[in-house]
Amino acid sequence: MSANNVWVFIQQDNQKIAEVSIELLCKAKELADQLHVETNGVLIGHQIQEEAKKLIPYKVSEIFCVEDPRLKHYTSVPYTKIIVELIKKHKPQIVVFGATTTGRDLAPRVASHLKVGLTADCTDLQIGDHIVGNKEYKDILYQIRPAFGGNIIATIVCPETRPQMATVREGVMKITPLDPHHKGKVTAVPFSLEEKDFPSKIIEKILEEKTVDLKSAQVIVSGGMGVGSRENFELIRQLAHVLGGEVGASRAAVDAGFVSKPHQVGQTGTTVRPKLYIACGISGSIQHRAGMDQSARIIAVNSDPEAPIFQIAHYGIVGDLKEVIPLFIKVFKSKN
Amino acid sequence: MSYKIIVLIKQVPDTQNITGNAMKDDGTVNRAALPAIFNPDDLYALEAALRIKDEHKDTRIHVITMGPPAAGKVLKESLYRGADFTVLISDRKFAAADTLATSYALKCAISKIGAFDLVFCGRQAIDGDTAQVGPQIAEKLGINQITFVSKIEHLSKKEITARRSIEGGYEIVKAPLPVLLTFTNEHYTPRPSSAKKLMTYKNANFTTEESEYDESYIENKNLIKSVQTLLWDINAIRANPSQCGLEGSPTKVKKAESVLLKSTSIKLVENNEKAISAMIRELEADHTIG
Ligand SMILES: Cc1cc2nc3c(=O)[nH]c(=O)nc-3n(C[C@H](O)[C@H](O)[C@H](O)COP(=O)(O)OP(=O)(O)OC[C@H]3O[C@@H](n4cnc5c(N)ncnc54)[C@H](O)[C@@H]3O)c2cc1C
Ligand SMILES: Nc1ncnc2c1ncn2[C@@H]1O[C@H](COP(=O)(O)O)[C@@H](O)[C@H]1O
Repeated sequence: MSANNVWVFIQQDNQKIAEVSIELLCKAKELADQLHVETNGVLIGHQIQEEAKKLIPYKVSEIFCVEDPRLKHYTSVPYTKIIVELIKKHKPQIVVFGATTTGRDLAPRVASHLKVGLTADCTDLQIGDHIVGNKEYKDILYQIRPAFGGNIIATIVCPETRPQMATVREGVMKITPLDPHHKGKVTAVPFSLEEKDFPSKIIEKILEEKTVDLKSAQVIVSGGMGVGSRENFELIRQLAHVLGGEVGASRAAVDAGFVSKPHQVGQTGTTVRPKLYIACGISGSIQHRAGMDQSARIIAVNSDPEAPIFQIAHYGIVGDLKEVIPLFIKVFKSKN
Repeated sequence: MSYKIIVLIKQVPDTQNITGNAMKDDGTVNRAALPAIFNPDDLYALEAALRIKDEHKDTRIHVITMGPPAAGKVLKESLYRGADFTVLISDRKFAAADTLATSYALKCAISKIGAFDLVFCGRQAIDGDTAQVGPQIAEKLGINQITFVSKIEHLSKKEITARRSIEGGYEIVKAPLPVLLTFTNEHYTPRPSSAKKLMTYKNANFTTEESEYDESYIENKNLIKSVQTLLWDINAIRANPSQCGLEGSPTKVKKAESVLLKSTSIKLVENNEKAISAMIRELEADHTIG
């Protein structure tokens, strides 16, 4: 039975599965359990069946694979055509995509074709009921996302149309443990495409080597405007170094040139959930918190006792970071 | 060589500079307290079109916006910068449109304008940050798209090559015309309004007289001053009311809350060696560090 399942578009780049797709498979399983259905993935590319098999332990019941050398790199038109036809055939009730440049290129085309609703860049998904007048919609998808520059959290529903579709921000859904014994299958779906289905040609793809890995860091030490200068930012690096962590930053610190953009945490930066997040000289704006408030432990260092960051911190140190950080380093080093 | 370019722009509340009184006590947005501005990314889309016109003088830039009559203001700003024709799509029946209904109405308006080479959009509008309307229009028009474009590398009547920003880098994409592009705010820094154009157009009014779109009529220079902005309603673009506005919008807002701080029980740590040492010990004990 494949009707009414929860679907995830599995993104691959150079035959490697995108992290966000795995996050979404885990979330999809949670939603599917509540709905008493199963999860399916759709994977499009070239020679990707082996990768597909590795996803089954995320408790997926079936992965539909469409392969063609011309599908190696994502392009809008053929991918849309394939997803639309698979959705029409199997009628999933929910389809989710990562809110990447790929997902946000593809999902709106698919939704537009199917004339269904689509919610962009969700940070949470839940199942619940919805009542309008005397009409009750049972077990529909709550699509939760920040709006108005992060000042509002909106819950969006699409009660009438199916599938319910959403793109979901990277890094917000937790990866759950694998089940190596899970029974699932990979199905190769033949699909005939003509030359005219490939209007776009990718001539070149340039990816800078990733020097910052905030998403998988267990400890992040972040600096904000309060750090004061590019030179002072060295303190942040030192603390991150002794704790074996990664360096993060607020947008204000990035804009001021203290540190480069890949370090930015927040709504327009990376969403992180480390075991420990140390915010130094960061006021705690809505947009910054949006990217870090799920951290297991938060330490805030700020000279202003009224700074909003203290409202979400587990440990608060009121003081000048230029004194606190060296002290922290000294104490930590003396213990090890 | 000349191109016919359609640029889609939106007037949006300035959500990037939200001040104290912009949020009501009940957690909803007080739109009246937010100034209405030209959506930032759309200025880049317009600038990209203007650069093409700088090089190919006979290029014609048609700017469309859907919104209330007050949105005519961003159309005028487009004229001040160098757009040729502007159209306001406005009708009560378009109110409360989500991205699907918006893309449908804009597609109807584009179809009325007729054949084109390029459609330019902003990457996203800052009121919703959805980045959906562009691709949704492309699908409805049955044309190809290149999203998140930072820069056009090469353009001919036959095809376009563009640099598309992706995670951690970029890709160079080549596509035949016609095609829809959405622009990021990276390369095309918008030019200021021209003082001369401002004087020419500042008193231009909307016209509804010409319900049929007729370029020769607009091209008549004598009429240009008064007729620069066309106003089209739902009938003018032959849109099906059931696909417009609230009725044509499958997404519904169930709830909107202003972001509240979740208060955790904070432990205040003194700024001295002993207190910091105690904190570190706690963090080691619960395996947060070490
Ligand atoms: C649409 C939009 C998206 C955004 N996206 C992001 C995002 O992704 N990430 C992000 O971070 N921001 C984002 N912002 C910006 C955000 O609104 C804030 O402007 C920014 O987070 C502020 O950074 P900050 O806390 O470092 O600076 P400030 O708000 O200036 O705070 C500096 C803090 O340092 C403290 N301080 C000063 N000196 C010292 C000292 N010597 N020792 C200790 N403390 C000191 C001060 O008390 C103050 O609390 C976004 C804004 C918008 C509108
Ligand atoms: N009402 C509108 N009128 C004209 N263009 C629009 C409208 N809404 C969205 N657009 C275009 O679509 C882009 C993406 O908008 P959005 O999907 O709302 O983030 C914008 O940058 C505009 O170019």
